[in-house]
Amino acid sequence: MIDALIILAKIVLALAWTMILALALTWVERKESAVMQDRIGANRASVFGLRAFGLFQPFADAIKMIFKEDFIPSFSERFLHTLAPFLSFFFVAVTVVAVPFGDAISLGGRRIALQVVDLNAAVLFVLAMLSLGIYGILISGWASRNRFALLGSLRGAAQLISYEVALGLSLVGLIMVFPSLRLSEIVRFQGGLVFGFLPKWGIFLQPLGFAVFFIAALAETKRVPFDLPEGESEIIGFFTEYSGLKWGLFMMTDFLEVIIVSCLAATLFFGGWQVPWLGPAGFAFPWGGAWHLPAWMVTVLQVAAFNLKVFFFCWLQVLIRWTYPRFRYDQLMNFGWKFLVPFGAFNILATGLVLALK
Amino acid sequence: MIKGWVVIKEILRGAWITARHFTVNMWFHTLRLFGVKTRRKGAVTIQYPEETKPLSPRHKSLHRILRRENGLPQCVACTMCATVCPSECIYIEAAETEDPEVQKYPASFVVDLNRCCFCGFCVEACPVDAIRMDTGEIRLASGGRAGLEYPLEKL
Repeated sequence: MIDALIILAKIVLALAWTMILALALTWVERKESAVMQDRIGANRASVFGLRAFGLFQPFADAIKMIFKEDFIPSFSERFLHTLAPFLSFFFVAVTVVAVPFGDAISLGGRRIALQVVDLNAAVLFVLAMLSLGIYGILISGWASRNRFALLGSLRGAAQLISYEVALGLSLVGLIMVFPSLRLSEIVRFQGGLVFGFLPKWGIFLQPLGFAVFFIAALAETKRVPFDLPEGESEIIGFFTEYSGLKWGLFMMTDFLEVIIVSCLAATLFFGGWQVPWLGPAGFAFPWGGAWHLPAWMVTVLQVAAFNLKVFFFCWLQVLIRWTYPRFRYDQLMNFGWKFLVPFGAFNILATGLVLALK
Repeated sequence: MIKGWVVIKEILRGAWITARHFTVNMWFHTLRLFGVKTRRKGAVTIQYPEETKPLSPRHKSLHRILRRENGLPQCVACTMCATVCPSECIYIEAAETEDPEVQKYPASFVVDLNRCCFCGFCVEACPVDAIRMDTGEIRLASGGRAGLEYPLEKL
């Protein structure tokens, strides 16, 4: 009974964390792009005269979207048209269950992992769910019965499948180095040291793998340098026939993907909740010093470190989204197949060579 | 095909430029938030209704009729301004006064801002320097045409 309650609480907390972060990201996106371009950004939404840097803007957006008409064109396939945004949203939102937020804590005689489910093939699970997200795109374009939406969804499917190859290849090298597909064990493994001082993070073991992973993951989020499936203003995208909250779900999916990619990058390549040289008893510095900390302090530091890493990658992705122009379609395909896939394959070979010679 | 390092270098340079703008602007925003006076602002935006751009002293804005010491308008109703006005937006009705120095004054003086093109000819034509366009008031709007016909009391 109490175990079920703990699981339920973890699900609610993880989902709440993701949704709040996604809401905040819409604000961050507006403000960060504004600051980058020497502007101020949305700051007029206020509650009783309190503006709070425009922090109420996401709520204003949500209210506007809720009260818009939920329009389904007469020529569209009613059931599939309604199903598509939910599929798209679900497959991204469900990946958050595999993300470890911190080390296991002891509470009332129980060990509680700060992770919803500790899957034994979590890396494969996340990749599979991100791939299934393609169905949302394909079904939305198909069920709209709009030629442009269909073309957009086909572009999207082609892009996502191409970049999934590179994404998978970039992680193979990582899996060769790490002992397990379990995300919790991957993070625990990264607590070790290389050369006695450098934390054993994925970025130091697999720099090329990280570059390929991050670019391919950016393509998976379908945002600006790779936003051929959508292309709101010029090339018509797959959710042309959607309005109101269903359109909002597609937008939300994008922001959730940004968060999931940030979580993955932090977990796989930047040590997840690991703080350099922080063990369960406190800091143990490689130059000999030690600083003992109570257990709750260590947990707080770890969760804070994980959040900080995720925020940094969210920030980086927004920066990239507001810096680069969109790829042409042939450039996109060339880049994926002739650049990322060979580099991913080379990374596997190099990793294998190093492991064999060691 | 992507042409190797040149492209990658430019891509990194682009990210560097935007990241630099972000950090520098964020630095000035943060300083100002904590009340530190800086010469530079974090953004070039002018927050319009609260903060306005200073107008040039020569800017032609809403008209102003100068008054005498007893409160009557300085205008002597010579209709020079109405004559020179290219938009024909000034309507003057003259009347006599007892004051022998003045003799004539405008019983009604209406500037129809619906028609006015803010050329400033009326200011230059006035022989007694009674009309000027230096109020700095440029937010002229009204729900109807009648609201923009400014009589003597509003000028």
